[in-house]
Amino acid sequence: MDKTVADLATAVAGIEDGMTVMIGGFGGAGSPIELIHALIDRFLATGHPTGLTIINNNAGNGHVGLAALIEAGMVKKLVCSFPRSADPVVFTDLYLAGKIELELVPQGTLAERIRAGGAGIPAFYTPTSYGTDLARGKPVAEFDGRPYVQERWLKADVALVKAETADTQGNLTYRAAARNFNPLMCMAAAETVVQARRVVPAGGIEPEVVITPGIFVQKVVEVADPQQEEDLNRANAVYPGVA
Amino acid sequence: MAAKLTNNQIAWRAAQDIHDGAYVNLGIGFPEKVAQYQPPGREAIFHTENGILNFGEAPPSGEEDWDLINAGKRAVTLKPGSAFFHHADSFAMVRGGHLDVAILGAYEVAENGDLANWSTGPKGVPAVGGAMDLVHGAKRVAVITDHVTKDGKPKLLQRCSLPLTGVGCVTRVYTSLAVIDIEGGRFVLREKLAVLSLDELQAVTGAELHVASPVADLIVPEL
Repeated sequence: MDKTVADLATAVAGIEDGMTVMIGGFGGAGSPIELIHALIDRFLATGHPTGLTIINNNAGNGHVGLAALIEAGMVKKLVCSFPRSADPVVFTDLYLAGKIELELVPQGTLAERIRAGGAGIPAFYTPTSYGTDLARGKPVAEFDGRPYVQERWLKADVALVKAETADTQGNLTYRAAARNFNPLMCMAAAETVVQARRVVPAGGIEPEVVITPGIFVQKVVEVADPQQEEDLNRANAVYPGVA
Repeated sequence: MAAKLTNNQIAWRAAQDIHDGAYVNLGIGFPEKVAQYQPPGREAIFHTENGILNFGEAPPSGEEDWDLINAGKRAVTLKPGSAFFHHADSFAMVRGGHLDVAILGAYEVAENGDLANWSTGPKGVPAVGGAMDLVHGAKRVAVITDHVTKDGKPKLLQRCSLPLTGVGCVTRVYTSLAVIDIEGGRFVLREKLAVLSLDELQAVTGAELHVASPVADLIVPEL
């Protein structure tokens, strides 16, 4: 078994119009910039995919990565906890113009909804958001004298994930706080596509240090020297930039 | 009423109540200052929602590692004994009651413990982050804030008027004028600046201040 694919274009080939796509990362840490840019390249060449629902903690920053995906007009709806950033103009303008939908989810609830989706738990109860605007319309139940809000699982057609090391069977490790939502999203998508700084043969990662077991991963592509959103933004980068 | 604590002094006062070995989450912005004022001999372990326990100060400019950031997306460093974890584990620490203290900023705090700190109303782009999780997770939820708004209106109220972050969640408020506990749906005054009379403090507070025991002077070093 070998889950590696030849290039980024092949890695994102399965994403179709209207799909729900989870994108890993918290701000720039763990954001799979090259996979996102490959998806934008495909859209610019073919007009597809479009009408995407994107699940990420944020709404992008500057004009690269997720912000560039939104700026390209490929995103219909965003599910996130914190759509503000140092340079949030891309999302903000579209949102205030009513051209993109937003489902705002508390960060821990977002993480748990994704985890639940991957773990086969259709709903769960959390104290988070009880009595607030974000709990409106959601069932409430009392357990041991305390009120809790029912939240539903989140699943996706595809997850785009950034890892540090992958083996050919899809076992993954991450780097520092670039882990964040990535392992959860691997579990919650029908197809998980991983860009890894290093791809090694099976056996190249000690089983003791595997964070995401390969069962949750379908495609792996090596991106040896990945770009960092923060570095790109400090250089005022714009994707795809001027041809 | 000229005298009031600076933000650094409010943060210093809040830091004095954090015990050695406490696991602590500090909100983005002003609350992050609390980390600078840990009393000598005490070491708190700081948690950040995006998956680090026991992170330290910012690195020197130019030495940032952008995979090593805090919830405010600022570069941080690691201390000996730090750990990385994914977001579901991070919020298990929060929601599961494993954090000893969360210290947050506030737009408004009510005498029933309600907190409003995420939205100033329907204008603009709403953003909540981890605040709604934190207020229901930590064993102790404290607020640090100026006592009044920029235009002098009380921030401590009978009921919040802005969208709530959490219901009945705050137990102590450190303000620029006083330290106030929330007990049984009431503000209970513990400490106030010595230059301020109770009446003067009450006049800038939007709900009744109760006095259950002798009120101590709020004494903070020059910072």
